[in-house]
Amino acid sequence: MMTTTVTGATIRADLLGLGLIGPGLPSWDAAQAVLRGEAAADTAERTVVPAPMRLPPAERRRAGAAIRIALAAAEAACAHAEADPATLATVFTSSSGDGANCHALCETLAAEDPAARLVSPTRFTNSVHNAASGYWHIAVGSPEASTSLCGFDGSFAAGLVAALTQLRPDAAPVLLVASDTPYPEPLHATRPLPDTMGVALLLAPAGPGEARCWLGAALLPAERAGAPTRCRDAGLEALRQAIPAAQALPLLEALARRLPAVVVLPVSPAQSLRLVLEFPA
Amino acid sequence: MTPLPITHATLTTALGAGLQAHREAVAAGRSGLRPCRFEDVELPGWIGVVDALDRPGEAALPPALARHDCRNHRLAWLGLHQDGFAEAVAAARARWGAGRVAVLLGTSTSGILQTEHAYRRRGPDGALPADFRYAETHNTFSLAGFVREALGLDGPAWVVSTACSSSAKVFADAARLIEAGWVDAAVVGGVDSLCLTTLYGFQSLELFSPEICRPWDTGRRGLSLGEAAAFALLEREAGPGLAPAGQLLGTGESNDGHHMSSPHPQGRGAIAAMRQALAAAGLAPEAIDHINLHGTATPNNDASEDRAVFAVFGDRVPASSTKGATGHTLGAAGGVEAVLCLLALQDGLMPGGLNLRERDPALRIDYLAENRAAPLRRVLSNSFGFGGSNASLILGR
Repeated sequence: MMTTTVTGATIRADLLGLGLIGPGLPSWDAAQAVLRGEAAADTAERTVVPAPMRLPPAERRRAGAAIRIALAAAEAACAHAEADPATLATVFTSSSGDGANCHALCETLAAEDPAARLVSPTRFTNSVHNAASGYWHIAVGSPEASTSLCGFDGSFAAGLVAALTQLRPDAAPVLLVASDTPYPEPLHATRPLPDTMGVALLLAPAGPGEARCWLGAALLPAERAGAPTRCRDAGLEALRQAIPAAQALPLLEALARRLPAVVVLPVSPAQSLRLVLEFPA
Repeated sequence: MTPLPITHATLTTALGAGLQAHREAVAAGRSGLRPCRFEDVELPGWIGVVDALDRPGEAALPPALARHDCRNHRLAWLGLHQDGFAEAVAAARARWGAGRVAVLLGTSTSGILQTEHAYRRRGPDGALPADFRYAETHNTFSLAGFVREALGLDGPAWVVSTACSSSAKVFADAARLIEAGWVDAAVVGGVDSLCLTTLYGFQSLELFSPEICRPWDTGRRGLSLGEAAAFALLEREAGPGLAPAGQLLGTGESNDGHHMSSPHPQGRGAIAAMRQALAAAGLAPEAIDHINLHGTATPNNDASEDRAVFAVFGDRVPASSTKGATGHTLGAAGGVEAVLCLLALQDGLMPGGLNLRERDPALRIDYLAENRAAPLRRVLSNSFGFGGSNASLILGR
């Protein structure tokens, strides 16, 4: 017999800002028509990642694609919310680290002759999963808590659960950044991500201030939460199934429509996050 | 935060498998470190190896889990089966339901050794061998995926990978999930295994000491590397009539925002993490009886941590690093040291820091070089990592 437990507790959060960069989705503003279903998605259009101008020149040179996409999405969400990034806690989530960096390290370490395994200190430093977090906090000077998660294909959901449970009235707002970049070959063949994508959400505990959306979130047994929400647009749905960070897209579609909605996001084989969205007039 | 029962815990390091091996090693002041010979790697440095992983069959995964096979998961499997830990999780699963038990683990390099091996066996077209399994061995999440499957759990699962603070931070994640009412229990901890990436990587940064690591020593030259698995089970409440292994009283997390691979010289982020942990526990610094330092023995890390601990506690609290015994186990270090803190609390024994020859006179805290028996009520454990990631835990009886 199971102990009676607290179930379905709802966490209420304010969404303050968004950042989005992905295939055919150059920015949150530019993606509005696609996300609202007013234009078809052209997800064959490759993602263009802006240079991380906020980084000091030395760090900018060292930052690979995985760091750049995370920073670009984070930057976009802060600008959208007109928030000071130095005051924000962060949750970075990614299904992999910097694939190109990992490949280069593995090639170096594959040398038969141990004396030839000359690892670059910068590559080694950048190989940590929290490299994007480290560079971001250096760039913006934030002393607030930061974590870096991986949930494989469920990385976005893991990050959202971690960010929501971290919200406290007396603590800093939480910037959630979900991003992925493809590996080069030969790893690409074993983990074929088609393109780079970054999504960032700035979340605060529900309060009297301005919000773009009011979220009520509950972690529920999957059968009670309902079927996982798919994208309305076929192109976006294909993307959702191909890039872990794109699992944010059903939520982003609902946010772009600005109509009350329920979005269901699987968190584990038995549990899903049920998000109830309401919007200020 | 409300004190959270740690109902069961275990660890496996170079000192041995399970709690008893660690009790004995700590009591004897024994180090598990030896000169670096790992596969064909001979570097001037010292490492802490879990020897059972290199004895055929000893930590083998059962056929149903064989697709997860790699050194990191063999280490996880070995660790899960010490001290009745897997059985304790099974009881928690029966009590709360499989979907109400989270699996939140830390690792820095996951099963990358498997990938390093695969890169030596690339085909003429450059492809990795067909037996290479990315999702189950290389991916950073694979540790949590493997442990969730091995323990038959269905709750939320993720890996925190913030370098050397990873498996301290999962305690904070678990406390938040339980406090939110989103789960009732969580398996937390960390597993990191030796691999070429970290051996050559730390050597490239000139942080891998050619001598055995000597925390707080004048002549300290860097860290020794180790591998380990540590697990703890956190539950909303301990079972009726069962004494928990300890309590999680407070957690603190911060970021330096200073440098990717060096700590803030004044320990700014470390100070913030320790003060947050005290505030979360509702405790004054005077309430802490012992500190398990991050204490990697690199010149900068120990100097920065010494300033930070001194700023918060002065020279009042006996503190030591256990890395001279286990090596720096990276993503597993926070978990390993949390479990060593639980042993210290249970046994009333503060482990003395090993390998100290001449105490650095520039360091000011009360660094403990010999074991000291004392009744302990609350201890603090520090874990700081690359990327400026800091975490402090306060544990009680």
